Parts: sequence; structure tokens; C-alpha cells
Amino acid sequence: MTSMRALGATVALTAALVLQVSVFPHFAWHGVVPNVVLLVVVGAALVRGAQFAMVLGFIAGVLLDLAPPADHIAGRWALALLLVGYVAGRVAPDGRPTLPAVLATVAASSFLGTSVFALSGLVLRDPAVAIPDLLEVIAGAVVWDLLATPLVLPLVMGLFGRLEPERVATR
Amino acid sequence: MTPRKTPPPALVVALVLACASLMTLDAGTGGGSAVEPARRMVGEVFGPIEAGTSAVVRPIAEIPDWFRGHDSMRDEIDDLEAENAGLREQVRTSGFDRNRLAEYDGLTAAANDLGYALVPARVIGLGASQSFSATVTIDAGSAAGLHPDMTVLNNDGLVGRILRVTRTTATVLLIVDADSTVGGRVGDTMDLGFLTGQGETGADGGLDLRLVDQSVVPDRDATIVTWGSENDAPYVAGVPIGRVTEVYSDLRDSSQRAEIEPFVDFAALDLVGVVVPSGSESDRAVIEADGSLER
Repeated sequence: MTSMRALGATVALTAALVLQVSVFPHFAWHGVVPNVVLLVVVGAALVRGAQFAMVLGFIAGVLLDLAPPADHIAGRWALALLLVGYVAGRVAPDGRPTLPAVLATVAASSFLGTSVFALSGLVLRDPAVAIPDLLEVIAGAVVWDLLATPLVLPLVMGLFGRLEPERVATR
Repeated sequence: MTPRKTPPPALVVALVLACASLMTLDAGTGGGSAVEPARRMVGEVFGPIEAGTSAVVRPIAEIPDWFRGHDSMRDEIDDLEAENAGLREQVRTSGFDRNRLAEYDGLTAAANDLGYALVPARVIGLGASQSFSATVTIDAGSAAGLHPDMTVLNNDGLVGRILRVTRTTATVLLIVDADSTVGGRVGDTMDLGFLTGQGETGADGGLDLRLVDQSVVPDRDATIVTWGSENDAPYVAGVPIGRVTEVYSDLRDSSQRAEIEPFVDFAALDLVGVVVPSGSESDRAVIEADGSLER
């Protein structure tokens, strides 16, 4: 079962990364695309809780840091998505999440993730971007992530829910 | 109902420390980063996947174009666009060329400037703005004869330079990235300067130009071309970059800053060429300087 879980998580992350890098740029707004990898981490947090989502967020972040065409200092997305997994897992309600709860979690996570990434860039001076530009990108990212939620989250939550039958049984 | 699993503090600390050490490793000493081999490995795996996905998605993304015209019309448009781009480039560089002649650049320099070939490649991945860096992946790598610090351009002008390569892909730093600096010169007056990206890939992304001679005010609409680097790495000379749209004067230290609108549309980047030495070994057809195709 553990290997199945690992396989499921790998497939979900790979698909999300490729979608984000090669498909969505065709529909980008000012270069901002839906952060599908972040949505996968949030979905995992809603279904499986903070611990799993945190580890998944770390792995997803490292992938996002290393896969082409990334060129920022590695570890920045890892830190951002790790925090997203942790926070989303902690605030997620017990039991089956309702639609408003899911949307609120996504919006908060998207804001948190992009902000942490941007702030780490300010601290490491990699590259130095003006604050208004940061805010514009963060706002754009939240909107895109909310728009992509109905398409991505049901799939992700279905996948991670199915990979953990014991939890489904307790419902 | 099982209580939500709260992660053990030890795990939280361990993962945060892992992130911190990754950043330290990568940001650490100048030159080659310790993370580079890992980047290359991940690139080798994801490169082909990105290339495959791009090949599938490109026709779908181009569906709106199909409604605009018939196949023959599309061909005609392509031909006209190519011709137009060629003419535009001639106009843009005419001042530069005239000056070069006037300065008697000589046959050596001309041969050096023109003796290069282009490896064609397509963009298969774009970095999101959320990462605040303007980079793209192209579908040609070390197998096509590419290596870091090569010039990338398209038929509109300068695109960027290659940062790193895997076997089948290469990562390109666009000139609009905030970390990118290009040596440029004003085509009409030959004044030298440095162009820095503003960090925006969208339609309104631009560059800042600071001239070495701070008393010179560049003309509006003046064309900026590359100045060229030693051994043509990372930038070859004479590639058009953009035109001056706005000039700001700083009264305090009497310096000028000009805003440059790049000729390349970075929001719709697709087919690019990588400048390689003429006669390079490659896994695909190479466009030689005289327009012929070398296999």
C-alpha cells in the first residue's frame, strides 16, 4: 500500500508540474499560471492531514526548484510548499470538507505559498523584485488557483482518498 | 473519528532545516553550485516529458489560429511574416551597419560576426511569474551541440542566453529577467551601455538601459543592438534587442536611464534559434549563415 501511495503521489506531482510548465503558459495572465503543484499539496492536506501534506509539499517544492526551467535558488519553493502543507493540514476541517471550506483553504494557501516564496527571494536577493510587482503576482496567483480549483482538487482529493481506505472506513 | 494528525515537531524542524541547507548549498560560493548535478538529473527526466506534452498541446493551443484562415493563407502569412521580420531587421540594424562600415570594422570582424549558424528549437516550458524569474526550456540540448553561455534569438531579436543544458533540453535566461544584464549599444550613435531586465515576462515586460557615458541622452525609438562579448559568449554582436520608449533623467547625479521595449514578444515565444559556431555537430538540421540547411 505504501508503494501504491508513493506511486500515486509521484504521478500526481509529475502531472501537475508538467501542466504548470508546458500547458498553462498558453493561457497565462502576465505570465502568472495556476500553481497546480500547490493545489495538489492542498488537496493532500484536506484529505490526509498536515503530516503527509508537509512531506509531500517538501518533495513537490524540491521538484519545482530543480525541474527546468527553474533558475531560482533551490529550496525556496520547498520551504513555501512545506509551510502550505502544514498550515492547510492544520486548518482543514475534520470530515468531508465543504466547498466554501475548500475554496477558503486554497485561497489562503495560494497567498501563503506565493508570499513565502517571494519573501525568501527578498531575503536572499534572488532576484530583487519591487513590492508592487510582488503583490500583483500574488493576487493574480490567488485568482488563478481559485479558478483551477474545481478542475484539479476533486481529482487530487479523490486520488489521495482512495489511496487511504482505512480513513474512508472511519467516516 | 480519528483526530487530525499533527506532525511531530521533530519532522517540521528537520524539513525546514533541509530547505535551509538546500538554499545555502545553492546560494553558497560563486561559480558552480552544488545543486547543479541534481538540477541536471531532474532536467533529464522532465525534459522529454515537457517536450512530449508540448508537442501534444501546441496544436490545441493553436486552434484559435485555424479559424483565421485556410492552410494556404497560413503559409502565405508565414512567408510574409518572415519577409517582414527580415526587412525590419535590416532597417533596425542599418544605422549600426553603416557605423560599422564607417569605422572600418574590417573583414575579420565581419567574418567573425557572420560566421555563425543557428540551431532551431521550440519553447517547451515557461517559468511561472510566481517564481519571479524569466526562464524557459527549449527542446534542444547537448545532443544538438548546445552548451551554456550561447546566444538565443528569434527572427525579431535577442531572446536570451543558455544557462544550463541536459541531453535533450536547455534552460534559457530571458533578457527581461531581473538577473540578466546584456551589453548593448545604440545603433545610430554607437554609444555603449548595459541593459537590465525588469523581471516581467508579460506583454509589458521591458528593460532598463544605462549608458556608460552618462551625459549622452539616447533618442526615442533608437534601436539598441548587442555589443557582443569576447569569443561570442554569452552574446554575439549586432543582434537587435529593442527600441527606446522613454528616457528618464536623474538631476541629482545627472545620469540617464532609458526604458527599452524589446522587439521579441516574450508572452508568445515559440520558435527560437541558438547561435552555434558554423559547422557544429548537431542532432538536427542547422541553419548556416548563408541560409542553407546543413544536416
